[in-house]
Amino acid sequence: MKLDDVQRIAHLSRLELSQAEAELVLPQLQAIFSLVEEMQAVDTSQYAPLAHPILFLRDLAQPLRPDQVTETNNRAQNMESAPAQQNGYFLVPRVIE
Amino acid sequence: MSWHLLSVSQLAKALEAKEVSSTELASHFLSRIQAGARWNAFLDINPELTIAQAASADQIRATGQAGKLTGIPLAHKDVFVTRGWKSTAASKMLLNYQSPFDAAIVERLGIPSTQNPGGAGMVCLGKANMDEFAMGSSNENSAFGAVLNPWNPECVAGGSSGGSAAAVAAGLAPIATGTDTGGSIRQPAALCGLTGIKPSYGRVSRYGMIAYASSLDQAGPIGKTAEDCALLLSAMSFHDPRDSTSLADSGEDYGRYLNATWDMGAVAAKPLSGLRIGLPVEFFAEGLASDVAQSVREAAAQLQALGATLVEVTLPKTKLSIPVYYVLAPAEASSNLSRFDGVRYGHRASEYRDLSDMYKKSRTEGFGAEVKRRILIGSYVLSHGYYDAYYLQAQRIRRIIAADFQTAFSSCDVILGPVTPDVAWKLGEKSQDPLQMYLADIYTLSTNLAGLPAMSVPCGFSRNLPIGMQLIGNYFSEARLLQVAHQFQQATDWHLRQPSEVL
Repeated sequence: MKLDDVQRIAHLSRLELSQAEAELVLPQLQAIFSLVEEMQAVDTSQYAPLAHPILFLRDLAQPLRPDQVTETNNRAQNMESAPAQQNGYFLVPRVIE
Repeated sequence: MSWHLLSVSQLAKALEAKEVSSTELASHFLSRIQAGARWNAFLDINPELTIAQAASADQIRATGQAGKLTGIPLAHKDVFVTRGWKSTAASKMLLNYQSPFDAAIVERLGIPSTQNPGGAGMVCLGKANMDEFAMGSSNENSAFGAVLNPWNPECVAGGSSGGSAAAVAAGLAPIATGTDTGGSIRQPAALCGLTGIKPSYGRVSRYGMIAYASSLDQAGPIGKTAEDCALLLSAMSFHDPRDSTSLADSGEDYGRYLNATWDMGAVAAKPLSGLRIGLPVEFFAEGLASDVAQSVREAAAQLQALGATLVEVTLPKTKLSIPVYYVLAPAEASSNLSRFDGVRYGHRASEYRDLSDMYKKSRTEGFGAEVKRRILIGSYVLSHGYYDAYYLQAQRIRRIIAADFQTAFSSCDVILGPVTPDVAWKLGEKSQDPLQMYLADIYTLSTNLAGLPAMSVPCGFSRNLPIGMQLIGNYFSEARLLQVAHQFQQATDWHLRQPSEVL
């Protein structure tokens, strides 16, 4: 991992890192990834990925429910923590010129 | 009266005998929280609402409707959203967030009403400090300051549920909720001399629990005794259709074996006769402090004296659980935390050029260093060209780790080992070196990867700090784990010790 990689993944993560911050975090990430590299020594060709622990025990069907309205209108409460709003809508910077 | 020295089951008896009211208990703990502010265990309290809940609990008792936990106060980890108290997950990102709803377990443990007929009637004392978004092992990653260990204020309380543990250890709450993604219930419980249990994945609803790594996150109690943990876990475990991973068969009485013998027909002097305890060689290898190893081995001998037999088992991928966890958890976190974009809730930067810049500046200002580090790791392992080598490889080893546990459980019923490689360390000692902090999670990560239940039980002291032993069970064997812990606590008094300032 190089400094360029740090800035690339920072962008993917929608985070801003100053050059100084990127230089600080780079050796930390390198140390973590040197440990992560130890995984490559394991032969896993016989093992399927396990995404969810209960799938190790049994297949899980996606739970379904009837398509019915269960939530009541909580618009005012749900908008309470909006950083910016207008007429009951979330306000964001203009996206399309 | 020293109500804070009593266990939940003792408080429940006192409430039932009308020796104390719920309102008196709530006032007692609220004043202790105010006097104990220096531990930094709480992020928000709302005394008026707490007293109102306590009055409701007293009302319920007066009409003869009280259940086992009615009127018992508790603290909730700030990762659970609550109406009436702030819900920040110890992040600046959520500093001003007002939740429009209660998390499933907050509702279920709370005061019953027509909307909440299943409420257990417990009284919320406030929200406990934690590592930001539950990412950390020392509680130093809280945006609102570290929690101090009530056994030694120069030491960490552990994390991420450090506020929950410190609150119980300092006598500010009789019991607390926590969450455990890689050890976040067991490790602070161990470092603060408490009993905590992380149930099997799927036992407790994650609805309203601010997500860190969804395939690993699981909630559970931190208390003084195994009996108290059984009481709270029984109340907080139920099937919840609002969490798609909530198991259909979640509700049970986890205390049903507490006072039983392991096998029918065992004699009272040897209640654990028939129990086979596996000691993984990898859990006693290099890296474990010798005094911690000695305490855990003495605990094993104590369990043997109670009738259990000890067998050696092996969990060969124990060391690899660290890189596997620190790939999978950040990967899930980078996805879960993408919701914090400054649009619908949470922090928004005051100045930005356009929408993309608003996302970046809001997230950069709102998240702390460890959260950013894990998001960066997660984005990297999920990015094009690295997904197979890192993310999928970690998931494949995760399956091997789960299979290794099943091999171990073919020759034992319960696995015993340490919770942590050492006792609580000094504040600041590891905070500049994230890798050192990650390495200390070695004994707790693999159970989350496999989804198994595990608990921390006090088993000794060294350097005037508590030591915890870890009991790991097979899937859905929580009641049996609690039985072993309870029987151990009937024969020992480690769990009864409290920091001198609390007494």
